[in-house]
Amino acid sequence: MTKLLQTLFDGLAVGSLYALIALGYTMVYGILQFINFAHSDVFMTGAWVAYVVAATAGWAALGGDAPPLYAGLFTLFASMLFCAILGFGIERLAYRPLRKAPRLNVLITAIGISLFLENIGQRPELFGTQPQKMPQLLPDTTLFTIADVNFRVVDLTVIAVALVLMAVLQWLVFHTRLGRAMRAVSHNFSVASLMGINVDAVISFTFVVGSAMAAAAGFLYVMKYPGALKQPADSTWILLGLKCFVAAVIGGIGNVRGAMLGGVLIGLMEMFGAAYLSPHMRDIYVFSLLIIVLLVRPAGLLGRATVEKV
Amino acid sequence: MALLEICDLDVHYGAIHALKGVTLSVEAGQIVTLIGGNGAGKTTTLRAISGLLTPSAGQITFDGKRIDGRPPHELVRLGLAHAPEGRGVFANLTVDENLDLGAYTRKDAAGVAADRDKVLRLFPRLRERLLQPAGTLSGGEQQMLAIGRALLARPRLLLLDEPSLGLAPQVVRTIFDIIREINAAGTTILLVEQNAHMALRVAHMGYVLEVGRIVMADRASVLAASDDVRKAYLGGH
Repeated sequence: MTKLLQTLFDGLAVGSLYALIALGYTMVYGILQFINFAHSDVFMTGAWVAYVVAATAGWAALGGDAPPLYAGLFTLFASMLFCAILGFGIERLAYRPLRKAPRLNVLITAIGISLFLENIGQRPELFGTQPQKMPQLLPDTTLFTIADVNFRVVDLTVIAVALVLMAVLQWLVFHTRLGRAMRAVSHNFSVASLMGINVDAVISFTFVVGSAMAAAAGFLYVMKYPGALKQPADSTWILLGLKCFVAAVIGGIGNVRGAMLGGVLIGLMEMFGAAYLSPHMRDIYVFSLLIIVLLVRPAGLLGRATVEKV
Repeated sequence: MALLEICDLDVHYGAIHALKGVTLSVEAGQIVTLIGGNGAGKTTTLRAISGLLTPSAGQITFDGKRIDGRPPHELVRLGLAHAPEGRGVFANLTVDENLDLGAYTRKDAAGVAADRDKVLRLFPRLRERLLQPAGTLSGGEQQMLAIGRALLARPRLLLLDEPSLGLAPQVVRTIFDIIREINAAGTTILLVEQNAHMALRVAHMGYVLEVGRIVMADRASVLAASDDVRKAYLGGH
């Protein structure tokens, strides 16, 4: 029973992290119908910026003493802001000029941006070629224990931050004027522009939001796994990005709620597989789930097969 | 000066020369119709006016201002609304949200609420379906939504592209009655139609477009009586 609950909690923590990244894939796909391969690199950059900020501020040197609470918040916001600007720049410089080009060109460009970010990130003036250890910004303790299940501060933080961000996004997309404009643009560019919507501005905004979410995920990731800050071109980042893309597909690509659901499902799947089957096959569970979902519901769990009335 | 003036307009789609020196004008307060067969360039003309296409030559003037080459989202603010061909309702959004998007550029909440009420009185069917996704509406209802949504921008010039397309004759009559009503309430309309018969009945002025050129322009009643138009577009002998 304890093991079951503990796994459930761990799965939710990892899953909410995946969900944050999956949202970026799904929002861009929903609007531009292409897979933003550079998204996993924005996530990577988010994680590294968090490290650079925390290390530069000297919070690393504090050792045993937990840095003040604002250190974590400041690092989170700095990383989100940096990646928001990065996402805006990527769209403006790389994708917008290709707005009328075939989708394949955009896809290849995305792969190019991905390689560019990975390799420029390894420059010594930036993040370098060595893995680093993230300074502990949160106390590494268990906040409380219920029925022998340990609720670690860091896991609770991951879940709380992810939930807040997803609630904000949900509100933004479904209850604001801008969100309505985003959904209109995702349905049809030209008709949206006839409503007076500045389509380019909406697309920029989508990249800003998606990239900020990926940065938050990067921050939470290195909080949770301080030893896992691999060098920018390491394959860990791509694999993590790929898993989150799978989460978006499982939930129904283009569907915001689907990405949240898919992320959590994948996190649970991975943790339960690792706990009850074998910890060595985590990735297999995720991709098996993808295959099953694609066989049973090709449009994803919350995706609707598009039917057009004529 | 007319509300809308198009002078010597050329539009290319790649190598295809879709519009060749189109000149027309729409006087404030009128219904002007642009008729012609499939592929004559009717929709292209509307898309060029609303900014979805950039003309390769010529000028478009709306209310005295040059508007050719300006993006559509800016033109909406000037008072131009375009209900596109194939209706173009946002199928994934509710009827309610579609109507809200029609008023996207407006800040006067009270005015929007009043206009919304007017639109729903004009199209009572939409009121019953406010919370339904627009994709589940019938063709006629989608057309009503597209027109109603365009009206919510409170346009001075309403561009209507084939409002009768694919609709049952009874519904077509309803739509044309409403077009006349909208015009009577003060909105100028440029109406593109394949149903020349109905279009010439409601319009004040008419233009006939053939493979990218205006071949006839006259009062609608004159066109409706003309032998050439009867033969080509009205199924007369």
